[in-house]
Amino acid sequence: MKYLDEYRDGDIAAKLVERIRRVQTRPWVIMEVCGGQTHSIVKNGIDHLLPKGIELVHGPGCPVCVTPLEMIDKAHAIARCPDVIFCSFGDMLRVPGSDGDLFSIKSQGGDVRVVYSPLDCLKIAKANPDKQVVFFAIGFETTAPANAMLAWQARQMGLKNVSLLVSHVLVPPAIEAVLSSPQNRVQGFLGPGHVCAVVGYAEYEPMAARFHVPIVVTGFEPLDILEGVLMLVEQLEQGRAEVENQYSRVLDRAGNRPAQELIAKVFEVSDRKWRGVGMIPQSGFRLCEEFRELDAEARFSVEAIDTMEPEVCIAGQILQGIKKPHDCPAFGTECTPQRPLGATMVSAEGACAAYYAYGRHLKDADLVTLGNGR
Amino acid sequence: MCLAIPGKVVEIHSQEGLQMARVQFGGVTRDACLDYVPETQIGDYVLVHVGFAISRVDEEEARRTYEALAELDQLGELEIPEIEESRRSGA
Repeated sequence: MKYLDEYRDGDIAAKLVERIRRVQTRPWVIMEVCGGQTHSIVKNGIDHLLPKGIELVHGPGCPVCVTPLEMIDKAHAIARCPDVIFCSFGDMLRVPGSDGDLFSIKSQGGDVRVVYSPLDCLKIAKANPDKQVVFFAIGFETTAPANAMLAWQARQMGLKNVSLLVSHVLVPPAIEAVLSSPQNRVQGFLGPGHVCAVVGYAEYEPMAARFHVPIVVTGFEPLDILEGVLMLVEQLEQGRAEVENQYSRVLDRAGNRPAQELIAKVFEVSDRKWRGVGMIPQSGFRLCEEFRELDAEARFSVEAIDTMEPEVCIAGQILQGIKKPHDCPAFGTECTPQRPLGATMVSAEGACAAYYAYGRHLKDADLVTLGNGR
Repeated sequence: MCLAIPGKVVEIHSQEGLQMARVQFGGVTRDACLDYVPETQIGDYVLVHVGFAISRVDEEEARRTYEALAELDQLGELEIPEIEESRRSGA
């Protein structure tokens, strides 16, 4: 397929690895921010192809993983209400709350529906005027334009039976939280390509300067990631801390202006709790005053639900790049994708789930996945 | 979750005041909203995330990237790679 297969070429990947090997003179710790990049890295064994001393640690960029437990419980409380059609992206259905998941609510008779696009909720609302249609609006900046358009169109179309349960998070405050931690080991970042396709990367520049850390906005295919690593290693070796763009076929510094404009009309920045990490100030979106009437938390009076996270796993440290899935004694035993204990095993893009899916919980799995070795 | 896939726009129409398209991904065709990339023409490649085109793929830039990568082995050890030159500005 065009613009996919070209960036999966094994011969070019080998050349890029060789180029990284030539440029690198000492060890570096690099974090890929986005869960989609984590998935691609583990799926393609990229971390094993890299020269020794280039360590990839996995970042907090999986919105399914970081949606706090109390928000899942709020979703479940709403989905159990009679006369509610609860709509969600498929990823959220298996996420366990304090008591089961959305699948179990569906099996008990709840009307829970998976949608491809937030706009599908408009059709459902029009076809079911006697029901309340609630959309679980989660995501990073990438998804915000789609979720904002649902709110905008619902109002334009005069649909009174649509509301949004908003749990939106932002990448820059999460990177800043990682860099501000006394335990931080990360020296450079592969920036989130699709987040930056929406918001651009100008806002990353002050952060790169302040923490003296290079950030290379990077795509998701194997060659994108290897080239992003090469660009980062070159910066690190030269002592530079700039924001560069590997993913120039998709985005520029300014990002998508029409999308930014609609986001600004519908959402405003607010404090958000991150599952496994805790409260990060000014790290998410909520509906702004003008759209607050579409807020499902208020409409269904679930604002007071407050759930404590169980201290059962090390997901918080994995999300901050301090630990790896293997460091957890429960990984692959008590904690599996079928029975996840924590945030990073919950979604396919979580670091633990990606390690599990590609056999990293098996003994000597590294050799199996690696194929042709370092 | 932030998965976005490039696809080819094969048809453009309007629906409920939104600019929509039929977008081909290999053998699969889906609807996508074009309101965030209104300049899109039939035949363009767009990057689609949860039913919305969030970016138009720059074919010229894509070709340049790929060629720079494919030529990597022709560069000398001490030579500055072409990819670095063309991307440093982030343009």
